[in-house]
Amino acid sequence: MTHLPVLIVVAPLLAAALIVLLNNRKVAWLITLLTSLFCFYASVSMLEILQEVDVISYTLGGWKAPFGIELRIDALSALMLLILTGSALLVSIYALKSVEKEIPDKNQVLFYTALLMVLAGLIGISITGDAFNVFVFLEISSLSTYALISLGRDRRALHASYQYLMMGTIGATFILIGIGFMYVMTGTLNIQDLSQRLPAVADTNAIRAAFAFITIGAGIKAAMLPLHQWLPNAYTYSPSVVSTFLAATATKVAVYVMIRFELSLFGIEFSFLQIPFDKILVILGTIGILGGSIYAVYQNNVKRMLAYSSIAQIGYILLAIGLASQAGFTAALLHIFNHALIKGTLFMALGIVFFRFASAELSIMAGIGKTMPLTMAAFTIGGLSLIGIPGTAGFVSKWYLVTALLDASLWPLALLILVASVLTLIYVGRVIEVAYFRPTLKGESQLKVPKTMLIALWIFALSNIYFGLNSDISMGVSTLAVNQLIGVAS
Amino acid sequence: MNELLGHVNYWIVIFLMMMGLYMVIASSNLIKKLIGISVFQASVFILYITFGKITEGSPPIITDNTDVYSNPLPHVLILTAIVVGVATTSVGLALIVRIQEAYGSLDEDDIHDINDNDDFDIKSRSIT
Repeated sequence: MTHLPVLIVVAPLLAAALIVLLNNRKVAWLITLLTSLFCFYASVSMLEILQEVDVISYTLGGWKAPFGIELRIDALSALMLLILTGSALLVSIYALKSVEKEIPDKNQVLFYTALLMVLAGLIGISITGDAFNVFVFLEISSLSTYALISLGRDRRALHASYQYLMMGTIGATFILIGIGFMYVMTGTLNIQDLSQRLPAVADTNAIRAAFAFITIGAGIKAAMLPLHQWLPNAYTYSPSVVSTFLAATATKVAVYVMIRFELSLFGIEFSFLQIPFDKILVILGTIGILGGSIYAVYQNNVKRMLAYSSIAQIGYILLAIGLASQAGFTAALLHIFNHALIKGTLFMALGIVFFRFASAELSIMAGIGKTMPLTMAAFTIGGLSLIGIPGTAGFVSKWYLVTALLDASLWPLALLILVASVLTLIYVGRVIEVAYFRPTLKGESQLKVPKTMLIALWIFALSNIYFGLNSDISMGVSTLAVNQLIGVAS
Repeated sequence: MNELLGHVNYWIVIFLMMMGLYMVIASSNLIKKLIGISVFQASVFILYITFGKITEGSPPIITDNTDVYSNPLPHVLILTAIVVGVATTSVGLALIVRIQEAYGSLDEDDIHDINDNDDFDIKSRSIT
């Protein structure tokens, strides 16, 4: 049990290698499922341990921090782990049939390998206590992501993947430059140690440059609005399993990197008082919410529509962080959690539509509310949650965000959230209208929807309702994480 | 003059970095873009290695003659980053090979044109 923090990273990495050696599709799927089950179990048990202690610290090879590499799990990391491993578990249940259908036979084993590598990379980013490790894990997850996206059936997936490779590499290299500047000013790479040594040298251009490089690097990865160009194509043309997993986790981990560096490492005083980063975030977040939502309304491909909606949701999270208040941070973390549930549901439902019709165009969805009632019901739940109807997870985080905005007496922005909700209603409403109120197209596909896909979808959909009615878990962890971030004794 | 020559490594870093980024942005050929990103990454490697140099420092091997050593840690870090860079380049090249197969062109303007046509012609775009 004491080795859980390292096993949760090592297990998917080793499993990925094992899969390649065994080279069997069914076994590959089984190992992926078991590995993500183990990771989920590990993250839940670490969450339990965190009820009693503040941080779980694990020193690799027994070399004490700050000299050795430390894995450090606080409440924020645990929240990310819960999102990552939970999504990974559901996605791997879902993957069995979806991958069989969408990925050519010879590539399926490698597909699972890359999926596990992405998981390992994202988990690594969330729990490492070493700034350079963040870069290494970021590249592990990114390189595997490029490979996964390029496995889409459409040839445009290749170009989307290439564009993401260019943007992603620039982003990661920017983070590397930032870490280098911090290292040269302080002589340490341990995040905990850095946060103590930085204030002494904070008033230098090198540290300000480091801050800028890291923010832009993480911003590219998070698809912060002016840096979002890679995201719509990457989500639209990648295989359903990949777009589900990425939409639920990848951009959130980039936001986590931003929170970790800006809040715990540079510190609130530096980020929000010396550099007016809060105002920048509020402005970019607001543009993101409006821009993403407006673009989403005009899309005819539902997958692309959801991709733009993701950009808008990242806007909500950034806006909430930009409020620089306890309520704002809590709202941001809650929305990270809830948005993972929402987008997981929506992309999974869409993946099932894609499974039957090999297309995600709005026009082919005419009348499928009658022929695929279970799938579309789950889509509707996800859609309502995205809009923020009371009783769904989306409502909880939007409620906290609006409350935080009113606390900061930014009521014009609170009004804007309502306008954006109306825009969300429009684009979700378009899909629901087409699916339920249009006549079914002739030449109906006879493919049956596999049970495993429906089970995974409905667990996601029901969790939207569960966390909408009972937000104890998500709220509890978020509050704890915020208290640790801003240093309030809990 | 000392400012200029004393920081010659950093000037090289800045020059390479800007050159690499410019190639990524300005070139429409996918291979040239990839070369650009490699140059950009290489500039960061040089930046790190320069960080490790300490004035009058000798290589970090314990001997009796000196007690000022250069810092070896940035070199080790950059060894990892070089591996990452090689992996990025190879993934990029693999993608380029498949793009060439699927599109018959490596020019981004051509690819955008073909993509726009694809929106209206579903049959041509499937590669499996």
